[in-house]
Amino acid sequence: MTRDEALDLVRDAIRRIVPDADFSAVGLDEPYRDALELDSLDFLTLVETLHKRTGVRIDEDDYPKLTTLAACADFLASHTG
Amino acid sequence: MPSLGADMDEGTLIEWLVHPGDHVERGDIVAVVETAKSTIEIECFDTGTVGRLLVEPATTVPVGTPLAVIEDGAKAPAAASHQAAARRGAASAQMSAPAASPAPAPSVPVPAGRKPAEVSPILRHLAHELHVDLAAVLGTGPGGRITHADIEHASRTRRTRPRASPLARRVAGELHIDLGRVHGTGKNGVIRAEDVRAAAAPSAPAPSAVPAEDAPPRQPPAPRAAQPDRAAAMRRSIADLMSRSKREIPHYYLAAEIDLDSALNWMRERNRRLEVADRLVPAALMLKAAARALTEVPELNGYWLNDRYVPGAGVHLGVAISLRTGGLIAPALHDADRLPLSELMSALRDLTSRARAGRLRATETADPTMTVTNLGDQGVERVYGVIYPPQVALLGLGKVTERPVAVDGLLGVHPGVTATLAADHRASDGAVGARFLTALDRLLQKPEEL
Repeated sequence: MTRDEALDLVRDAIRRIVPDADFSAVGLDEPYRDALELDSLDFLTLVETLHKRTGVRIDEDDYPKLTTLAACADFLASHTG
Repeated sequence: MPSLGADMDEGTLIEWLVHPGDHVERGDIVAVVETAKSTIEIECFDTGTVGRLLVEPATTVPVGTPLAVIEDGAKAPAAASHQAAARRGAASAQMSAPAASPAPAPSVPVPAGRKPAEVSPILRHLAHELHVDLAAVLGTGPGGRITHADIEHASRTRRTRPRASPLARRVAGELHIDLGRVHGTGKNGVIRAEDVRAAAAPSAPAPSAVPAEDAPPRQPPAPRAAQPDRAAAMRRSIADLMSRSKREIPHYYLAAEIDLDSALNWMRERNRRLEVADRLVPAALMLKAAARALTEVPELNGYWLNDRYVPGAGVHLGVAISLRTGGLIAPALHDADRLPLSELMSALRDLTSRARAGRLRATETADPTMTVTNLGDQGVERVYGVIYPPQVALLGLGKVTERPVAVDGLLGVHPGVTATLAADHRASDGAVGARFLTALDRLLQKPEEL
């Protein structure tokens, strides 16, 4: 999976949780959870969706690596090969 | 129309999920109702066969209005949802049906098979005086007997309900027209659908406060039909309830810092072995601990009604959930003290997603015994909450942060949370609130026992 594909996948997964998410207001390197008001349950749903769609196992210790959209995309791209 | 919360006085029937002749079990979901706050699935409170549906879809009726008749074979007909509140224990009965007579359960059982037509001469006289047709009154007394309150209620409903055809009511509901302002041209002044449409036409003088753009498209009512003014209605409903709280409830506030080191370490170890779907979040641990603490301090788990404290039947933890469209709702996690952590976690996720999708069940919105509001995800450190009347306490949880703590005479850094309790000083004193926070702290130090 390329980084761009991963980025699309992450945006799509977030849109399923926050249907009217405005990604133009969230920079790739900004923390999206605050900007899009994802609470801890929403974040868990996001992790679950990313895991289901990519097969990548995401442990709790990996959560700090998923704080920005760019970081999410990098994480998924590097783990799918 | 059951009361689906302390702040509800009317509801709009959106759709029927059953038809006359269907067999229904107690607990089946039979209808969908829209309130100012949410779209809610109504459960049936009786087992039997659906007789007549008394309320048309898209009709708004006051709390206490019978929605349908459930026929129970040989026994007298009983109203579905009519006595909803009364069957759910004394506390919620008084909370949700202040208009109905809060008659205590009779100590002498009423002989079975009593016909609803048996009405005392005094009540017959009252019905006559108030021009109420007894045949149309559904009894809420023992064995379906008609009570004084039923007749008064029928009289009030009759006076406040303009005479209109079912279609007119439906159209009025869709167009957000108040039937009280429509001039009826039908026989005996009955409002017809055309009258409603005429009143809605832009050429007509419109004293109605409803702006034209609020009128939803003319199509079968969908759960989302009233979305545009939902936010405003919810704001008003929150405004009413919170004003009442601050007007009537002498709040006192207590706060405690709780060390979450052992709780979060335990949780992390547990989550490591689990799939994402089965993992816990810190909020679930804290909710479970709060529910258990309430079993130790029952003085905070209930309602202030008629100048006295009424303990709740079970620990039904209200969970404040903020909605993306604005506003918030605090439905109940039933028997949270008895749910194993994994079940509490899935119940919490289910409740949150349904609250945000606007699909809660009646029993979830009606009877929380204490509410927990968690603003930690919003970055807040401490919450000084406003109690949801008639509840008597509210627990506020802030953000989990790393903080310096003294451990065995040394300085360490542990994750911790500030828990604040807002409590009703009429129902309890500071010592009681302190016991609750102490219990919460103690329970969170032994997460494996939660």
